[in-house]
Amino acid sequence: MGNGAFPFFIMLWYNPAMSEFTVLDLLDLDLKEHNLLQLTCIAGRSGLSRVIENSKISRPGLALTGYFTGFSGSSIQLIGRGEEAYIDELESRNEYGNIDKLFSYHMPCIIFIGDYKPSDHFKELAEKNATAILATPLESSSFSRRLYSMLDEVFAETMTIHGVLVEVFGIGVLITGHSGVGKSETALELIERGHRLISDDTVKLRNISDNYLIGSGENPMLAHHMEIRGIGIINLTNLFGVGAIREKKQVQLSVCLEEWNSQKEYDRIGDSITDTFLGITIPKIVIPVRPGRNIPMLIETAARNERLKKLGYYSAKEFDQNVLKWLESEAARKMYFSSDDIGESDFDQ
Amino acid sequence: MISKELEVLNRAGIHARPAAEIAKKASGYSSDIFLSRDTMKINAKSIMGVITLGATYKTKLICTCSGEDENEAMKGMEDLFLSRFEEK
Repeated sequence: MGNGAFPFFIMLWYNPAMSEFTVLDLLDLDLKEHNLLQLTCIAGRSGLSRVIENSKISRPGLALTGYFTGFSGSSIQLIGRGEEAYIDELESRNEYGNIDKLFSYHMPCIIFIGDYKPSDHFKELAEKNATAILATPLESSSFSRRLYSMLDEVFAETMTIHGVLVEVFGIGVLITGHSGVGKSETALELIERGHRLISDDTVKLRNISDNYLIGSGENPMLAHHMEIRGIGIINLTNLFGVGAIREKKQVQLSVCLEEWNSQKEYDRIGDSITDTFLGITIPKIVIPVRPGRNIPMLIETAARNERLKKLGYYSAKEFDQNVLKWLESEAARKMYFSSDDIGESDFDQ
Repeated sequence: MISKELEVLNRAGIHARPAAEIAKKASGYSSDIFLSRDTMKINAKSIMGVITLGATYKTKLICTCSGEDENEAMKGMEDLFLSRFEEK
């Protein structure tokens, strides 16, 4: 970074509800160690406000040779070592036509791999067209992997729902229900028992590659606070310590709390009903709330049961299979013995 | 279901106290009341939710009421926004 590049140390967080995702957001992303993009801006700083419209990464190799058919000009352009060498060759031959044409597209930014230093002509073009030129010391394979996974998250379909997200025994449990049913109190009790809170009241869900749901707080600055009727707003990090909170978590179980309704039939066996968010289906349980029912304990049990299912043990199914097996053997025995025999042979077993 | 655009008129925007006012008012109706801004849709009966909207001065929020007393609820919310939550 000592080569005159301009590092961005300002730590902003990206909030999609506030604005669109720009190149500057790409530089500012607060990613964890192994995900760092290590980007620096080397030219065209006026282009940092350009909006990144899609999650595609384009390699402009063919475009540089003059073949612009099917060129994805609205995507991030990633220039690897091969293309860098080709640009050098073009410039040494004073053939700037394709490079000029490349800049006529409204690209969000151009990213160079390795410690490549673009020529002054290239930088001038960038300034003139207000296209940001970024550089990363990473190799293209590892850089594109990191960038893709990050763009996947940024461009993921999202929705905000009213509920509480807690992690119970490693399972992300989303608690929903009408206001006043006791979601926050339940979550508080769960935290008291050593589980973790991700977000209270508003949970932002993201569909990650149609595969799983990630839940987080809507705003990192306001997260991990809770409003409890009668007490007010409390800060959980200060009250319970960092061990009681989490930033984000995969949502694996939906728990719906509702007022006890004697007319309604509740699930008595546990052959899962499901809930669908953003096209992703997760198991759901409905817990009727009534004075004297220990809801946090019920949720703990449901979470344990869910973990068991992930290990391949379905309590309800296995129980039913055992009952069937037993009924079968009973029927088989009845075929061979008279009812008197069975009564006596019970002692032998 | 009815919806209407409401504007934040107090200078300080929706901070804790106005949010509490909104939640208190909304809880008084049996209708479901939602406030939305861009992609965020938030239950108006939850204080933390309303604060999360990050609504500043002149922000326009869409208020949606659905239920038996939706008209009264909408009127109540509208009056509350127009009163600037008793602030400047």
